[in-house]
Amino acid sequence: MKRSILAGAAIALPLAACGDPQKIDLSQQVGPNPVLPAPSEELIAAVGVPNVVGWKQGETPAVPPGFSVQALATGLSSPRAVYPLANGDILVVESQRVGSEPIDRPKDPVRDFIMSIAHGGGGAKETAGASGGPPQRITLIRDADGDGKADLKTVLVDHLNSAFGIALVGSDLYVANTDAIVRYPFTPGQTQITAPPQKVIDLPGGMIDHHWTKSLTASPDGSKLYAGVGSNSNIQERGPEAETNRAAIWEIDPKTAAYRVFASGLRNPNGLTFYPGSNTLWTVVNERDELGPNLVPDYMTSVRDGAFYGWPWSYYGQHVDPRPRPQRPDMVAKAIPPDYALSSHVAALGLAFYTGTSFPAMFRGGAFVGEHGSWNRHELNGYRVVFIRFAGGRPVGKPMNFVAGFIDSKGNARGRPVGVAIDRTGALIVADDVGNTVWRVSYAGGQKPAGTT
Amino acid sequence: MADGVAARDGRLISVADRPITGILLPVPIVCFIGNLLTDLAYLGSGGNLLWLNFSTWLNAAGLVFGAIAAVALLIDTIRGRLGWAAFVFLLAAWIVEFINALVHSRDGWTAVAGVGLILSIVGVLLILIGGWLWQSLRHVEVRR
Repeated sequence: MKRSILAGAAIALPLAACGDPQKIDLSQQVGPNPVLPAPSEELIAAVGVPNVVGWKQGETPAVPPGFSVQALATGLSSPRAVYPLANGDILVVESQRVGSEPIDRPKDPVRDFIMSIAHGGGGAKETAGASGGPPQRITLIRDADGDGKADLKTVLVDHLNSAFGIALVGSDLYVANTDAIVRYPFTPGQTQITAPPQKVIDLPGGMIDHHWTKSLTASPDGSKLYAGVGSNSNIQERGPEAETNRAAIWEIDPKTAAYRVFASGLRNPNGLTFYPGSNTLWTVVNERDELGPNLVPDYMTSVRDGAFYGWPWSYYGQHVDPRPRPQRPDMVAKAIPPDYALSSHVAALGLAFYTGTSFPAMFRGGAFVGEHGSWNRHELNGYRVVFIRFAGGRPVGKPMNFVAGFIDSKGNARGRPVGVAIDRTGALIVADDVGNTVWRVSYAGGQKPAGTT
Repeated sequence: MADGVAARDGRLISVADRPITGILLPVPIVCFIGNLLTDLAYLGSGGNLLWLNFSTWLNAAGLVFGAIAAVALLIDTIRGRLGWAAFVFLLAAWIVEFINALVHSRDGWTAVAGVGLILSIVGVLLILIGGWLWQSLRHVEVRR
């Protein structure tokens, strides 16, 4: 009978003894030509999520020499996106997903629980919203005396539906809820919106809504809106029907509510932003999980009209993913590689180009990327804001760690960066959703914060 | 050994004087066979995820009831004279199917194609042998 145990062990051992088949230097996986090791599907999906401990009094993230960082506003509830206005006010979107995904497999509740730990819940529910539920609002922050600290923190509008992206065009404030884009009349200077929202267009939400953050931006002339609609699954495991018009960037005419898919095959596109002075749309994309700790790199890319970027059938151009079926060689043939890899599982969610002048010259026109941080690898990756230099409208060189220190020496998360933006003084504003803080990074040789006028 | 059949059955784990292992053991056998059949249906369908979802739930139910059956069989084995053969095969099947649960939690084709299917086949063979050993050992025991 011992033999049967040995037979069982003989099957188990080669599976368990996978080791680290994707050993690469992380610096090989950033930039235009990332090293892509072979897929490695581990027996137990690698999970590394930090416990959330928050920021103690006086603690801040780390910034490079010459820069300083301070909390512009604290005591927020899950701030995800920041949107500075021309008058100095800063809009902060505070939101969480509502409800949990339907359970298709025994795996689903296990995954949901792990994700809740990484958001500081430990399975608990957020209750900071107006009606005791999750936060569903936009908060307005005003630094009237220009000391870099919020003097006024007020709820601009509440009762949103897991909002993420916002865009102000003239006096129309567009808000991308998870299931629709709505419009509010808004004049900068206003501290409360009482008018009811007008729906512009429905977006894919629904029962699953796996990637729920709908990023939003307006074209430079304000005539079109662009919305990022993430996939409904990791790699189409909810079936192809659930992915209709998802994993895509939509182009919407807000006047007629006509829309079309502008680009597709983008698993979870966020941080939609036009490159300053151009009509080129850029995005950061969260790539697929469970192919190993060093696959697939998240990326930043300019978005070509009508282009297909691979998801779910392939990644980084035409590297075929073995999991989704039926296979689509016709779609793989169409897939184009993105511009610039950010390394694997960093969860890039925020993108802002440096339009200010107060930082040193090398920063002008470069990109700040908010990396929310990994879960699908043992060694944490991301949990920082990186800077990527641009020349001639294209990224050059390797990313530089710009805002770090979100993970403490014990491996716990004090915060996690999400949205990034540049305020009118040229300072970098960072939303920290589990640290419940909005950070402001300024250059010591640069302008002082200028107060709302 | 002069004990009668009834006395021997008294040593089996029972509810209201009726042995229960005989009703518990078939549950994981049926579930793991079902898992293998839905695996084949998944592969045959070219990736219809309905079948993969069936497989994962059948496997999970097999593991839950397999664990309960294993405890019952272990108690019977320690108390009685069945010998360890049936229990060892049941345990081996359970371990293989547990690993299979991990493989089946992958998202799509590689949850089954290759290792997943092999583990489903091995798990079914082991638990069928375990069930057969249990039946035949019980049969010999009862006839003695």
